[in-house]
Amino acid sequence: MPSLTHLQRLEAESIDILREAVAESQRPVMLYSIGKDSSVMLHLARKAFYPSRPPFPLLHVDTTWKFRDMYAMRERAARESGMELIVHKNPEAEALGINPFTHGSAKHTDMWKTQGLKQALDLHRFDLAFGGARRDEEKSRAKERVFSFRSAQHQWDPKNQRPELWRLYNTRKNPGESIRVFPLSNWTELDIWQYIHLEDIPIVPLYLAAERPVVERDGMLIMVDDERFPLRSGETPKNKSVRFRTLGCYPLSGAIESTAATLPAIIQEMLLATTTERQGRLIDHDSSASMEKKKAEGYF
Amino acid sequence: MNTAFQSTDRALIETDIEQYLRTHENKSLLRFITCGSVDDGKSTLIGRMLYEAKALLDDQMSTLDADSKKHGTQGDELDFALLVDGLSAEREQGITIDVAYRFFSTDKRKFIVADTPGHEQYTRNMVTGASTADLAVILIDARKGVLTQTRRHSYLVSLVGIKHVVLAVNKLDLVGYSEQVFNEIDREYRAFIERLDGSIERVTSIPMAALRGDNIAEASTNTPWYTGPNLLEFLENVEIAASSTNAPLRMPVQWVNRPNLDFRGFSGRILGGSVKPGDAIRVLPSGKTSTVARIVSLDGDKAQGVSGESVTLTLADEIDISRGDVISSAHDPAGLADQFEATIAWLDETPMLPGRAYLVKTGASTVGGSISKPKYVVEVNTLDRLVAKTLNVNEVGVCTLTLDRAIAFDPYADNRDMGSFIVIDRLSNHTIAAGTIHFALRRSQNIHWQALEVDKAARARLNGHKPCVLWFTGLSGSGKSTIANLVERKLHALGVRTYLLDGDNVRHGLNKDLGFTAPDRIENIRRIGEVAKLMVDAGLIVLTAFISPFRSERKLARDMVGAGEFVEIFVDTSLAVVEARDPKGLYKKARRGELKNFTGIDSPYEAPDAPELHLETEKLNAEAAADSIVAELRARGVLGLHA
Ligand SMILES: Nc1nc2c(ncn2[C@@H]2O[C@H](COP(=O)(O)OP(=O)(O)OP(=O)(O)O)[C@@H](O)[C@H]2O)c(=O)[nH]1
Ligand SMILES: [Mg+2]
Repeated sequence: MPSLTHLQRLEAESIDILREAVAESQRPVMLYSIGKDSSVMLHLARKAFYPSRPPFPLLHVDTTWKFRDMYAMRERAARESGMELIVHKNPEAEALGINPFTHGSAKHTDMWKTQGLKQALDLHRFDLAFGGARRDEEKSRAKERVFSFRSAQHQWDPKNQRPELWRLYNTRKNPGESIRVFPLSNWTELDIWQYIHLEDIPIVPLYLAAERPVVERDGMLIMVDDERFPLRSGETPKNKSVRFRTLGCYPLSGAIESTAATLPAIIQEMLLATTTERQGRLIDHDSSASMEKKKAEGYF
Repeated sequence: MNTAFQSTDRALIETDIEQYLRTHENKSLLRFITCGSVDDGKSTLIGRMLYEAKALLDDQMSTLDADSKKHGTQGDELDFALLVDGLSAEREQGITIDVAYRFFSTDKRKFIVADTPGHEQYTRNMVTGASTADLAVILIDARKGVLTQTRRHSYLVSLVGIKHVVLAVNKLDLVGYSEQVFNEIDREYRAFIERLDGSIERVTSIPMAALRGDNIAEASTNTPWYTGPNLLEFLENVEIAASSTNAPLRMPVQWVNRPNLDFRGFSGRILGGSVKPGDAIRVLPSGKTSTVARIVSLDGDKAQGVSGESVTLTLADEIDISRGDVISSAHDPAGLADQFEATIAWLDETPMLPGRAYLVKTGASTVGGSISKPKYVVEVNTLDRLVAKTLNVNEVGVCTLTLDRAIAFDPYADNRDMGSFIVIDRLSNHTIAAGTIHFALRRSQNIHWQALEVDKAARARLNGHKPCVLWFTGLSGSGKSTIANLVERKLHALGVRTYLLDGDNVRHGLNKDLGFTAPDRIENIRRIGEVAKLMVDAGLIVLTAFISPFRSERKLARDMVGAGEFVEIFVDTSLAVVEARDPKGLYKKARRGELKNFTGIDSPYEAPDAPELHLETEKLNAEAAADSIVAELRARGVLGLHA
């Protein structure tokens, strides 16, 4: 009998998790952030439930500040999967015109993403949400269960997680509690890229190098993706061959100079790189132990 | 410290990334844990391993540097534990609270390592990590030796079925890299493992100083007396048992796939064996049978599904199947029962309440159930079995598990996924215990098999092989029991249901009223013949190992079972040879007249005229004789699916 390669094992495990979660919840939803991990997770969901459509909607918690290429990808993903797409924008943030330039990255992220997510989950009464987080991303993620519980206030209590044995997931929740499920828990960044390559999964083109208008700010290369970008005096966007290791709000995503325009080329660069993918995210630099704190407060 | 790790990988990445990706794709995966007592250096070891395997990048190193200055236990030196202890509470207290999963790869393998907490309070988190591991690295602080918690973790490791243990004798720098200390700990630990009758098959001890990296990725100059492998080298090369190729199919149905009225698929993960279109299956608990029509996937239909894969099957017949049912091989279906003997590890602060209604999740089904007062609780230090009224947090005991309805199962020793369960409290919804099934105590009564009579043929179908009697005959000391035992072991290994009747289990019970006079010898064989007949009817391959000296009684036994079901095996050893061997000194006694009616001396042995098999033991050793019997059964088509 042929034994499975590690990618086949990961795929099978993720599908197992997706099915188990769907079978044991009333109103599941998949958080779709348009990035590479979300793309893999969506692809796995299509495999898990084929020939049925994945029996849950996609939820995008929008900040209105994503790259234009990301919005295009979002529409394409919804169209191709045939799944319902729910886009939630925190109305309060919208009214106040929250943006990273005037309000800072911390406030921007908290209002649009953390609060926005809580609102959307409460509004639609979702009791289970799939997220594309991986344990290799960060130290506190490495500690999280596949089925992770949140209090009615969406809080994570890392000191009191349920035991999770074998592949027997206890999905029973107390009133008000909800579950975050991470089907990609055991995938690494390399696994994700290799799987995208093998399965030919569509991704946002920003992951591949191309000439793009960027300015250098606070030691990071920021892409000027639309006319809302307030240029400081003396700043003129320059065209550079760049790509992104992670995608979020464009004013907060640092680009790297690169000419890697194919998947194998970016995998090669990643393997030879000397820093992690989080390096390009402004949000992690805000404070140490910031991720655990954000998660305890309800950030995905 | 520089190491060879990833050097060839790195060169390949630079020169031929496509080739690297192909190689990497086919690497095997080893999942392991680190465990042991508080502060023995588990997290430090993992941190150091990540460092040695070059799995740490610049920004992680600079964070580690800063963290070490702030929270570190090593002054201005790097504190590698901080790479894994990712929760703020852990960093403040300098202990591990919950499992951390980390990932790295070398040229040969991919690794997922779970760093588990040593503190007794967090045993449940250690068990969480252990349940999915192939191997355990158990650490010991060389200054402290084997502690209670070392024993507890070793015991839990053996309960979850881990076969390989690496004993990492750590902090050797603090005892002057003493070989003697290492040897003493190694000896003491092995003595403990010997007495654990669990799954651990192999212990490899390595002297280490995790903090400094001794013997982690290369041989340390501080331990010139140690010639074994370093840790990474060992982990890269240790064999991981692949799932058995001829295990029977097991697939719990997780989700019924109904996109429209014309399609009805059953989605689940294959937890044993493999499946192909055309395979005969049986659904449990209903007992309904069908054949597999298609294995459906997004990339088109598949020709085969193997153990570990998540698949969607369609069947040839419209039968009612719902979530929690188990699709299994028709020839070798899973067991079905509602009461079990099980080992249970209690994980919750609130003690077990015998008889209370809990929820039990196994496979894809959750059913109501209760647990009896423990038969015994195991004291982890001494491994003594103690009487107990309940199970308290972190205690392990053997109990009876009774469920509200029958479930499909296999013993944990045969199939980890089909024989494990968790216990959930109905009020708090917490996972309060984990358990492994030994065997069923009561087969389910209300099984609705398909409308077939339960007869010999039906039992044979279920067993996947035909029943028969292997009747061994020959002089005392000719080798009947030795060969019969070997045959039974070989058949059992093939998955055949057997039973061996010999002097030990018959003379002391059923026939203890009989002596060795001729009439008693005849009655002895008649009874054995009757018992063998019942067992053949029950579908077993029965082995009988008695002198059975008279032709007429052997004929009687032969006539009790169907044609072709009686295989007479003449174990032919001459009187001169058995008398010379005389293992029990019986021939000497008989010659001296102290034993009456002894076959070959003062009672005749009538050799068979036309035995099915004639084994001349003076030309054939026992192993070869046993092999020839198994070959004969195979040739006769008795072994069916187990051939
Ligand atoms: N001298 C010396 N100190 C060590 C060695 N390994 C670990 N330590 C120190 O021992 C202490 C405990 O190490 P940890 O790695 O946190 O121990 P642990 O086993 O993970 O502890 P828990 O997870 O809380 O059970 C730390 O101060 C380490 O720096 C070693 O080989 N030599
Ligand atoms: Mg630790």
